[in-house]
Amino acid sequence: MINIALPKGRLGSRVLEFFENAGYVCPSIHENNRKLVFENEELGIRYFWVKPSDVAIYVERGAADIGVAGKDILLEYSPDVYELLNFGLGKCRMAVAAEKGARFDASQTLRVATKFPNIAKDYYRSKSVDIDIIKLNGSIELAPILGLSDVIVDIVETGTTLLENNLEPVETIVEISARLIANKSSFKFKNDEINALAKKLEELL
Amino acid sequence: MIMQKGFIMENIMLEREEQIIYSLRSLYRANGYTQFKMSKFEEYDLYSKNKDFLISDGVITFTDATGKLMALKPDVTFSIIKNSVDADSYVKRVCYNENVYRMSESTHDFTEIMQSGVECIGDLDMYNICEVLTLATKSLSIISDKYVLDLSHLGFVEGLLSDAGVTDAGEVLKCIGEKNAHGLESLLGERAEKLKKLVSLYGSFDEILPALEALDVNETTHAALEELKEIAQKIDSENIKLDFSVVNSMNYYNGIVFRGFVFGVPSAVLSGGRYDKLMKKLSKKSGAIGFAVYHDRLKYIDRTKKVDKKPALILYSDKTDASIINEEKQKLAESGKAFDIQRAAIEPDMYGEIIDLRNAVKE
Repeated sequence: MINIALPKGRLGSRVLEFFENAGYVCPSIHENNRKLVFENEELGIRYFWVKPSDVAIYVERGAADIGVAGKDILLEYSPDVYELLNFGLGKCRMAVAAEKGARFDASQTLRVATKFPNIAKDYYRSKSVDIDIIKLNGSIELAPILGLSDVIVDIVETGTTLLENNLEPVETIVEISARLIANKSSFKFKNDEINALAKKLEELL
Repeated sequence: MIMQKGFIMENIMLEREEQIIYSLRSLYRANGYTQFKMSKFEEYDLYSKNKDFLISDGVITFTDATGKLMALKPDVTFSIIKNSVDADSYVKRVCYNENVYRMSESTHDFTEIMQSGVECIGDLDMYNICEVLTLATKSLSIISDKYVLDLSHLGFVEGLLSDAGVTDAGEVLKCIGEKNAHGLESLLGERAEKLKKLVSLYGSFDEILPALEALDVNETTHAALEELKEIAQKIDSENIKLDFSVVNSMNYYNGIVFRGFVFGVPSAVLSGGRYDKLMKKLSKKSGAIGFAVYHDRLKYIDRTKKVDKKPALILYSDKTDASIINEEKQKLAESGKAFDIQRAAIEPDMYGEIIDLRNAVKE
């Protein structure tokens, strides 16, 4: 039995389609109910939906053998897992955004609001910029508007939200997309199953 | 009451941990390794220059009475190297079973981790390498009958890195560790081909060695491949898989590196390899190879099994004769049952059996 952690939401549904096209179907997952775990005993698979940022934890700790997580999550938490495939789905980028036309005084500490403190820290450390991290859990765009921060580090998909709030992306840190990850121990003990699955998925890319 | 529940759980786990510790120790002793006992404290200086050798997390430091910065031992290998001697055709074999102390980088919690392991330091030859590898597989077999030892050769990885013209290996090594073929491609483009092939390999010596021939591109890879072939001939490789995603820091390790997994534990329980480079950094001429077993990770095993045996409870009161309690205790102890002695049953559900001696008086 392979346990598969899928990220709740739009990305997860698209990823599930991929799995189903590869033959890993599970009819019960489309039933409208409150169940959390969906199993197809014949195929030996078990799906479950978890919060996207938790997928890496489920996989690293072995509760799920494999899972699908955004590269943003993998960069932020650096889980000890294998990264087997790049789905190329959910493409977006991690970017620095600031108020339109804003210029910053390099002699002052830059205040950075973000949901991804580790990514932001690594990025600015590599540029040797002194920063003050402000960890927020949502509505990051609000921070520069209210003067809470100078810039934000966040995921940018189309940039519409930024535009509507008079912000603009100024630097791209890294490109993001969904990845297939595997628990290191499961990869040893369920090697054939995981390899077969990864291969079938890869053929669809 | 919660504390009591914890105590009972831990007691059962501890027994298993102790069993493993004793079995490992007797295995190492039977192979000529002598027990090494060391101080809990070392001067911080020993670690500060080679901090990234310690797999992760921070060192817990404090100052001693003279103002010297000290560390609660975060690692055993350094202390053993410090006490090693360089001599031709001489090999020092030590085993240990020690607590090490780390500070988690993410939560800043202090943790105490029990480690067992062996180090083989000196003028190493193929016999020593095979001996340590065999001890590693045997150690895993003591922990669980379903286990895998992943084996890599950093010489092979290094050869392919130089073939691909990689100068700054950091990001590339991270991708190799993740078996991240698409990441390698985005970093190196076409030069990534051979490395991509390398990380996709996983299997027994018989399956993988032929595939490595095709990747044998220079002297470095050739020497590594020859060494792997020799190892394949000389040891029982049943549960050994070649997997080049095992990448310990190349600043310290060279030659073979390995990691052990047991079924039911989500991360490696054993880690080791050849670390001549670390020896050199610590001004030693000898070679060295060794591994450690992380007992803290073993707590995942058996977790799935519910504790089905509840302890018995002996209830007594001021009236109860002490000798009757003692008799009952002895009976339970002889039958191997866990038990608790109280004057009241606060949480009766916790106990499998309640022996009420509150009104028992000697006739």
